[in-house]
Amino acid sequence: MAVRSIKLENLQQEFQAFEQTLNGEKNSTLHELRKKSLSTLHELGLPNSKHEDYKYTNIARQFSKVFSYATLPYSNTLDKEIEELLATNREANSLVFVNGNLSEKHSTLIEEDKFKLLDLSYAYKHFPEAIEEYFNDLGPEKLDGFEELNTSFAKNGVFIKLENNVVIEKPVVLYFIKDTSAGEVLTMPRNLFLVGENSQVKITEMFHTFGDHKSFTNTVTEIRLAKHAVVDYYKIEPDRTAAYHIGHTNVTQSDDSVFNSVTVTLGGSMIRNNLSIAMDGEHCESNMYGLSILRDDQHVDNNTTVDHLKPNSYSNELYKNILDDASTGVFNGKIYVRQYAQKTNAFQSNRNILLSDDASINTKPQLEIWADDVKCSHGATTGQIDQDQLFYLRSRGLSEESARAMLLYAFAHDVLDNIRIDAIRDSLDGVISTRLNKDF
Amino acid sequence: MLKIQNLHASIDGKEILKGINLEVKPGEIHAIMGPNGSGKSTLASVLAGKEEYEVTQGEVSYLNKDLLDLAPEVRAREGIFLAFQYPVEIPGVTSVNFLKTALNQIREHKGLDPLDAVSFLSLMKEKMTLVDIDKSLLHRPLNEGFSGGEKKRNEIFQMAMLEPKLSILDETDSGLDIDALRIVANGVNQLRSSDNATIVVTHYQRLLDYIVPDFVHVLYNGRIVKSGSKDLALELEEKGYDWIKEEVNAV
Repeated sequence: MAVRSIKLENLQQEFQAFEQTLNGEKNSTLHELRKKSLSTLHELGLPNSKHEDYKYTNIARQFSKVFSYATLPYSNTLDKEIEELLATNREANSLVFVNGNLSEKHSTLIEEDKFKLLDLSYAYKHFPEAIEEYFNDLGPEKLDGFEELNTSFAKNGVFIKLENNVVIEKPVVLYFIKDTSAGEVLTMPRNLFLVGENSQVKITEMFHTFGDHKSFTNTVTEIRLAKHAVVDYYKIEPDRTAAYHIGHTNVTQSDDSVFNSVTVTLGGSMIRNNLSIAMDGEHCESNMYGLSILRDDQHVDNNTTVDHLKPNSYSNELYKNILDDASTGVFNGKIYVRQYAQKTNAFQSNRNILLSDDASINTKPQLEIWADDVKCSHGATTGQIDQDQLFYLRSRGLSEESARAMLLYAFAHDVLDNIRIDAIRDSLDGVISTRLNKDF
Repeated sequence: MLKIQNLHASIDGKEILKGINLEVKPGEIHAIMGPNGSGKSTLASVLAGKEEYEVTQGEVSYLNKDLLDLAPEVRAREGIFLAFQYPVEIPGVTSVNFLKTALNQIREHKGLDPLDAVSFLSLMKEKMTLVDIDKSLLHRPLNEGFSGGEKKRNEIFQMAMLEPKLSILDETDSGLDIDALRIVANGVNQLRSSDNATIVVTHYQRLLDYIVPDFVHVLYNGRIVKSGSKDLALELEEKGYDWIKEEVNAV
C-alpha cells in the first residue's frame, strides 16, 4: 500500500487543533466515528497516481502540500460578490457557506416549514441519531482516503431531511464559497440529504472561489432516496481560479426512486468528481449527465460508479467534454450489474471534442456484469468538430466562427437541457454562450 | 454568370477533375450527367468550396469574381447554393435556428438590415408551402431522423429561403420516390427566374422530365465529353453510358 498512497505529515497535530474547537462534543458517537476514520486514514494515506482510480489525477499530491486544516476567518469583503451570485437565483432555499462556515445573513429559507435544511453541526445537536445512523455508511467504494479525511474533520456542511410525501417546490441551492484573498483555503463540507418516501426535491451545489490564492475542497455528499422519491442533484463548478477540488457524491436508491444528476465543470486547476450510485431497489431510475468545458491547463476527472444491486432498474449516463488549449479530461464509468439484478438496463456514453492539439482525454468504460438477462451498452467518441457539419453550415452562409459556435453550443446543450431549474440553466447558458463565442 | 475554364481538382493526391469547361448564363438550367465516379459530385463540391478538394489548375469566375478565392460562406452570401446529395445530420441545431442566422449573415453581407422574428416566420411560412414541408420538421434537429425524402425537401426549402442566384442540385433525385420527386421539382421550377441559374447533377434522366434543362453535359473521367440539348438526356436513358465511354476511349 505504501507506494500507492501519500501520507499527510501534520495530520495528528491538525486533528488535535481541530478537537480543541469541538468543546463538549468530544465524547459523542460522531467523534468516535471521526477518530475511527482518522486511524483508517493513517493506514491508507491519500491515493496517489499509482492507484488505478487516480492514475491521471494526482490530486493527493496537491493536498499533501496543504498548510493548515483550520478554517480561515471570513471578513465581509465578499458581500458584494455573494449578493451578485444570489441575485441570479432569488427564488430558492439557499444556504451559503464561506470558507467552510455557514453565513446566516446570506442564507434564505423560503419553505422552512416543509423540511429541514440546516448546518450539519447544528443538526447534530438536535437530531444526533439521524446523523449517526447514516454517517459514513458510504457507497460501494468504501476505501478512499479522501472520504476518510473528510470524515475525520467533518463538522460543517448541509443536513437536509424531507419526511414522507413532501414536495419542495423551490430549488435548494447550496453555495460553497472560498475567500482566498488572505491566503490558501481548505474546506471539507460534509453533506447528508435524507429524502423520505414519495418526496421530491431539487438540490444544487455551487463551488466558487474568490481571491488570488489556491483553494482546496474535499467534499462528501451522501444522498438517501426512500421509495418513490425523486431527487435532482446538480453540481456546478464554475471556478476560474486556482481551485483544487475533490468531491464524492454517494447515493443510495430504494424501490421506484428516481435520481437525476448533472455535473457541470467550467474551470478549476484540478477537479475530481466521484459519483457513486447504489441502486438498492427495484424499478429505480438514475440519469447521470456531465458537461465540462475547459481551457488553459485545467483538468477534470469524472469518476462514476453505478451499482445495480436489484432487478428491473434503469441507469443512463452521458458525459461530454469540450477541451481547449492544454486542458485534460478523464472519464471513468463503472457499471456493476450484480447476479441478482436481472432485467437491468444500463447505458453509458462519453463524448469528447478536442479543440486543440494539446488537449487530451482519457476515457475508460468499465462494465462488470454478473447477471445474464440485461441490456447494457457503452460508447466513447473523441474528435474535433465534425468537418462535414461545419462545411454544411458554412455553405449556407454562416461564418466559420458562427458555425463552430453553433455546433459546440448544441453539443453542450444536450447535457445542459437536463437541468430542470430555469434560473440555473439560464445563467449557465449565459456563461457557456460567452465561452463558446456564441454570436447568433 | 459562371465560367469554368480548364478546371482540375484532386483529393488526397488523386486527380478527379481533369479539365472542365462550362459556361452558365442567367436563366439557364444545365444538367450534368455521367456514370458513377465520373466526377459529378466533386464538381458540385468544388464549386461550393469544400476544402478537402484541391484545385490544381484552371479558373472559375462567378459574377466576375474569382470564385476559388472565396470562402464557402462568402460564396453562399454571393448567391451560390449547393443542395447536398447527402445532407448531414446536425444534432441540437434546428432548421429554424440556423436558417435565421444564415439568412441574416447573408443580409448583412448585402448591406441589409436583419430580419426580425415576425418577418422571418412569415417568410418561412410562405416558403414552406413551396415544398410542402411540415412545420414540425423545421423545429427538429437538422436532418436528424429525417427520411431521405424529408432531407431532400429540406434542402429545397433552404434554397427557397436563401434565394440563391446559382443553385447546384447534387443528385437531389437519388432515393426519392416519384411523388417526392415531383414535389421537389415543382419547388425548383417555382424558384426559377431569368436572373438565376441552376445546375442539376444527376445520374438518371427522370428528374429532367420535371426540371427541363436547356443544356445537358456528359461528364466522364473528369471531363465534359459531350454536350447537347435535353434530347441527349433521353438518348442516355435509352442507350446507357457505355457508348459514350466507347467513344471517348476510342479517341
